[in-house]
Amino acid sequence: MHCIAKPIAKSLSGLIITLLFVSFIIFLVMEAVPGDPAEIILGMSAQPDTLAALRSQLGLDRPFIERYLHWLTGLLSGDLGNSYTYSTSVAQLIVERLHVTLPLTGLAVMLSVLISLPLGVTASAKPNGIVDSFASAFSQIGIALPNFWIGLLLIIGIALTTGWFPAGGFPGWDNGFWPSLKALMLPSIALAIPQAAVLTRVTRAAVIEITNEDFVRTARAKGATPNYVLWHHVLPNALIPVVTMLGMQISVLIAGAILVENVFNLPGMGTLAYQALAQRDFIVIQNVVLFFAVVVIFINFLVDALYNILDPRLRIRR
Amino acid sequence: MKRIPISLMIGGVITATLVIAAILSQFWTPVDPSQINIMHRLKAPGVEGLLGTDHFGRDSFSMIMAGAWVSLGVAFSAIALGGLAGTIIGVTAACKRGRFEAITMRIVDVLFAFPPVLSAILLAAILGAGATTTIVAIALFMIPVFTRITRSAALQIWARDYIQAACMAGKTNIQITLEHVIPNISSQIIVQVAIQTGLGILTEAGLSFLGLGIAPPTPSWGRMLADSQTYFSLAPHLVYVPGIAICLAVLGLNLLGDGLRDLTDPKRK
Repeated sequence: MHCIAKPIAKSLSGLIITLLFVSFIIFLVMEAVPGDPAEIILGMSAQPDTLAALRSQLGLDRPFIERYLHWLTGLLSGDLGNSYTYSTSVAQLIVERLHVTLPLTGLAVMLSVLISLPLGVTASAKPNGIVDSFASAFSQIGIALPNFWIGLLLIIGIALTTGWFPAGGFPGWDNGFWPSLKALMLPSIALAIPQAAVLTRVTRAAVIEITNEDFVRTARAKGATPNYVLWHHVLPNALIPVVTMLGMQISVLIAGAILVENVFNLPGMGTLAYQALAQRDFIVIQNVVLFFAVVVIFINFLVDALYNILDPRLRIRR
Repeated sequence: MKRIPISLMIGGVITATLVIAAILSQFWTPVDPSQINIMHRLKAPGVEGLLGTDHFGRDSFSMIMAGAWVSLGVAFSAIALGGLAGTIIGVTAACKRGRFEAITMRIVDVLFAFPPVLSAILLAAILGAGATTTIVAIALFMIPVFTRITRSAALQIWARDYIQAACMAGKTNIQITLEHVIPNISSQIIVQVAIQTGLGILTEAGLSFLGLGIAPPTPSWGRMLADSQTYFSLAPHLVYVPGIAICLAVLGLNLLGDGLRDLTDPKRK
């Protein structure tokens, strides 16, 4: 246990430093934004003394470092400040929007794994066979497809012609589970296809590589059935690069979610960030960007930690 | 004479077509891509122009050509900027090792947490939407991509025997990096430039789809798609045409990169 704990503790301290650094950079960038938040909230015609009063109420008259530390301590207690335009707290806004974005990205990851694992494994069984040719064509083209365009095609090809799924909008989980799930179906397919393309390629390559390893030959030589070898020796090892790729793709997934939510008019985190930009609601942008960055960093950290558990060889090397 | 991989041929042809169309668009297009002609709006391909017209009656084919210039220009500038910075950081980290390497790699990891759409939203808050925002946002993300690739490639070169020989011959680290490391990893860098330019085009399209890219009336593939959303049923070709253009461009550059890799890397025969 000790040999697992040590590298994790080391990367945990690295994680905290990285998070601090990221938050500082975002805060610094938002400082450079032209315009006065008090003026944005009150409008152009506000009296100078009202503006000054609001500025001191928002803490804008305090020095830079003090405001940064105030934001940080707020973050730790879940207080992200109040939106300029929505008249609710930013934390509440983010939680509300996560009800869309989290299931959307979760479904997309699930779908992409469900497509790519069977396809990649079947393709690797017969290199240059029919399935393999199909899989490689799928991954070449899938990587080149913009997910928002897939979304548009799905709207034209499925939503508008069959009416099985809505072409956009989100009813909300309180108004029924199935209608909400249906509303997320096409967007998550649009997100999943490019992901599945990448993962199919990785799965195929990983399975072929592991199949050529000595321990697989040994397992076969001692008389294990091909199925047993696949499930007990090849797949557990081949999953390591697949999981790594999933972790690396998380930033692509987030970027994709912003675009796809826009296509399907879903009230998620992406639309929130995008609308906040249009409304110059900078406190929302600041916190949403930080949120996404933290998610990317945290998932990569988890993948790293998982790596140490999945692959014992890495522990010795360190 | 090595056999030229088929992916290199297909990718090369597509990329060459793209580059020629982009350059040509600066001198000649069938119709001026910004010319509005309301009488002939939303016409199907073949009826008016090769690829039809949009909601202002502008010629789609000419807009696709002009859009190629924007897409390729933005993507390539971003990759050139980010790739150069990333390569310099990666090669230096591999050369210096130790604390310098640890700290720079940590900073580079931080950049990796900002997908281009996020940095573009941040940058758009300061600079507003436009080419600069798009290029910088993509370039920032390219820095960690290229740093990681060049560092690990350079580390492999540093482990070779001839580097030791060069050390003993009294060459400085900078000389070794310039004379041995960079020439030996250059083919890998070129492969990445092709592939990442493809991804850059994809990202540029996404950013202009969101309205964060280059400002109208300059045509861009992403905004053509954004505009098409209003005219789904009237003119579906407005959805198909720019999407196919993006897909072909990215596919071409990816195939080109794969082909170059097969050609230069003897292990991947």
